[in-house]
Amino acid sequence: MTIVSDAEDNVDGALPLPRQSFKPPGVMRVALRMWRTRIGLIITAALVFLAFFGRYFAPYGENQGIGVAMQPSDSPKIHEKSLFGSGELGRDIWTRFLYGGRPILISAFLATLLALVLGTIIGLIAAYNRGKLDDVLMRAMDIILAFPQIILALVVIAMFGATNVLIIMAVGVSTTPRIARVVRGSAVSVVERDFVAASEALGEPRWRILKDELLPNITAPLLVEANLRLTFSIGVIAGIAFLGFTADPLSANWGLMIDQHRSGLLGDQPWGTTLPVIAIALLTIGTGLIGDGLSRAAAGVDRQRGDA
Amino acid sequence: MSPSAAATTKSTAASTINAVTIKDLRIVVDSSGEDIVDEVNLAIAPGEVLGLVGESGSGKTTVGLSVLGHARRGVRLAGGSVHIGDSSMLELDDKQLRAARGHLVSYVPQDPSTSLNPALRIETQLMEVMEFHGFGESNEARRERAVEVMGEVLLPGTRQFMRRYPHQLSGGQQQRVGLAMAFACRPSVIVLDEPTTGLDVSTQAHVLTTIRQLTSVHKVAALYVTHDLAVVANLADRVAVMYAGRIVEQGPTRTIFDDPQHPYTRYLTAAAPDISGDHTIVGLRGRAPSPGKRPVGCAFALRCELAIAECHEVFPAVTEVAVGHTVRCYRAGDVPDRTLAKGVQFGSSSTEGIALALRNVCCSYTGLQVVHDIDFEVHQGECVALVGESGSGKTTLSRSIGGLHRDWTGDIILNGSPMERSSRDRPTAQRLSIQYVFQNPYSSLHPRRSVGESVARPLRVAGVGKHEAQRTVGEMLEKVSLNASYAQLYPDQLSGGERQRVAIARSLVSRPSVLICDEVTSALDVLVQAAVIELLLQLQRDLGLAMLFVTHNLPLVRSLAQNVVVMADGKIVEFGPTDHVLAHPTEEYTKRLLADTPSITQALTSGTLASKPRRAISPE
Repeated sequence: MTIVSDAEDNVDGALPLPRQSFKPPGVMRVALRMWRTRIGLIITAALVFLAFFGRYFAPYGENQGIGVAMQPSDSPKIHEKSLFGSGELGRDIWTRFLYGGRPILISAFLATLLALVLGTIIGLIAAYNRGKLDDVLMRAMDIILAFPQIILALVVIAMFGATNVLIIMAVGVSTTPRIARVVRGSAVSVVERDFVAASEALGEPRWRILKDELLPNITAPLLVEANLRLTFSIGVIAGIAFLGFTADPLSANWGLMIDQHRSGLLGDQPWGTTLPVIAIALLTIGTGLIGDGLSRAAAGVDRQRGDA
Repeated sequence: MSPSAAATTKSTAASTINAVTIKDLRIVVDSSGEDIVDEVNLAIAPGEVLGLVGESGSGKTTVGLSVLGHARRGVRLAGGSVHIGDSSMLELDDKQLRAARGHLVSYVPQDPSTSLNPALRIETQLMEVMEFHGFGESNEARRERAVEVMGEVLLPGTRQFMRRYPHQLSGGQQQRVGLAMAFACRPSVIVLDEPTTGLDVSTQAHVLTTIRQLTSVHKVAALYVTHDLAVVANLADRVAVMYAGRIVEQGPTRTIFDDPQHPYTRYLTAAAPDISGDHTIVGLRGRAPSPGKRPVGCAFALRCELAIAECHEVFPAVTEVAVGHTVRCYRAGDVPDRTLAKGVQFGSSSTEGIALALRNVCCSYTGLQVVHDIDFEVHQGECVALVGESGSGKTTLSRSIGGLHRDWTGDIILNGSPMERSSRDRPTAQRLSIQYVFQNPYSSLHPRRSVGESVARPLRVAGVGKHEAQRTVGEMLEKVSLNASYAQLYPDQLSGGERQRVAIARSLVSRPSVLICDEVTSALDVLVQAAVIELLLQLQRDLGLAMLFVTHNLPLVRSLAQNVVVMADGKIVEFGPTDHVLAHPTEEYTKRLLADTPSITQALTSGTLASKPRRAISPE
């Protein structure tokens, strides 16, 4: 009985070994081949650029007055040149718009990041341990889930005051259960696979199993969910600002702008509301398109892997 | 086997006598036009069973489906013809096909649990088939037929039983309901696609008997698609062997097994473990070329040790070596050296020391005790097979030994020192000296980690440095007959056999003294299985490993293990040297298990399963 070691398994294409080595294509790469993802990325990038660097191109200062309040751009009552007219306190709408995106984007991003970290940890622990710990964690998540997100945030703000940290925490924590559920759901099937048992047999510490064995295998659904949550958080954060809860009422903020200029919608100065509304809508459409591309790619990647 | 011989001579004369005739069938991938199946010619007479044998990916299921005029998505029936009686299956339109399927030709799929509708009672499902095809004049007549066909598949036709849902039946019963549905409208042809693969041997024996009886009594032509040679030897009148989309050899069952002409067939028979023969199973490295990558000449030439220059140029034509026995090979009849079976050589079955000992081990599952008072030992350099049907507790026991199942009591002693229940509580050295190889190589490797990283993992746990580990991994990969350059590859670039080799390398890299193999070959094709077993035996001898081989495959045990432990219902029913236990079983359970296990040698010497006395089947 001998073992043929000279004959290689690779009869297929008669390629010499080593075959070209590559990591299984990630969701990102597959998603980028789709037009929806590319368009989404372009829209999002443009708006993010505008929100972060627009202020350096702003014609006036953030709180600089340019004439009488709520005047269209061609009104003689504003003594300075203005692209979109003046706002409710006589400030330049375009300048306020260029300043107002950053706080919303930063808050939404940080809130999503917080939810992502918390949700992933809770979801992985629940999926790996099952049993009582799973029940306790997931029921706790259900309780948070039972409150409408914006109401939960408002309650917290009403109780402790509107600071940036608090708003981010409130939105982040209320987003956590949604991520935790997705993570748990996808990780449960990974836990069942034998390579997890193999590393248990080696006695790897729990946290390493969560980090090295489970996490890399749920990145696809996690990415999709994180993107969706970012889209939602932008809306929620803007919504909270719209309701008047911002850390600094003087600084520009898209949500606040929409509220402050509502009266102009009926008159001849609609830009104060329209500009931020268009921006927020485009931003959510952009991130939504990316998310859509990611989820399609994720489904495709999973299918490929299943066939292998 | 007289009807088969008669059938094959007639097949060349007139196709009307055959129930089904396949001529020059060509099936391609729709997008690229690459051939999946080509130049397939088959004919089956009424009442005859043709076994279509091949590795996974050889195109055997594709041929089976083409008999129903069906091609999977992305696959096109590109040429040739399939005739059932007077209808040409490839020329029918959708409506005619729907009418033909189930009535003229029916199909029994592999997995009974997914092929029955879980929401409908079995009576409803049976009646539905007949109603659709307008079989029988009235509901009453159809109900009568339903009861009758239940009887034919040896299931009770009582009202109570007919009103059950699929989940209330056992796997074997479900598959027999599948058969009943297939036979309900009295088709003239039936295609069976590995219908017994997921079943225990005893259930398999029942199902095979049923198939055999139904086909011979009602003169139904059957195409039995499978990779299991022992089943084919017991069931089929004739066998067709497929390799890379073509039929390379076709002939009466006895001839195919006694006197195979094609080297591939010789390898297949040499790789099949047999319960009654103590021959070494011989593996074959490599894999069949996939569609689009098939060479110009004979597709097997790349793996064939007899290949000559001609083989690489032109695919050999069909030659008839005897009446009804055709082969496509230039060197038909020549025997590759490696396939000459030798007696089993085991490692020195020394009783030097006890590597692993179990004392009064009981395992519980969700509070219920499923394994009771297990006592046995595995010596150094010895392979012990742990055999049992599904549900016998063998996997729970092996997982307990590996520290993956915590809920057990008693003592498991490794090299003289008792072990903690969970692998997490065991010292690192102990964890590394007992290693586990999992059943399914498709799930036991981390898909996002390279082969090198996976194999190095145990070393890293042991605290070996990165470079040191890398070198050892390279050596280990060579030991399992892979190239060291495989370290950079990812699991989805590997075949099933290669993956299992990687998994074995990972388990051996830490130099364990005990290796637990949990059904390690059940997900693999027979040639790959043989190669993996060869490898395990050689490694076991070279490294002096103690091996616990968990399996439900009794024939495999014969060519593998010195001692065997037979488990049933969580208890050991028999323990002893393999040859002795398999030749002279004392316990009723072992006897039954042995009787139900299909054997090639026995089938050829004493006739087929069908000739065994019909056994009454309890409704379980």
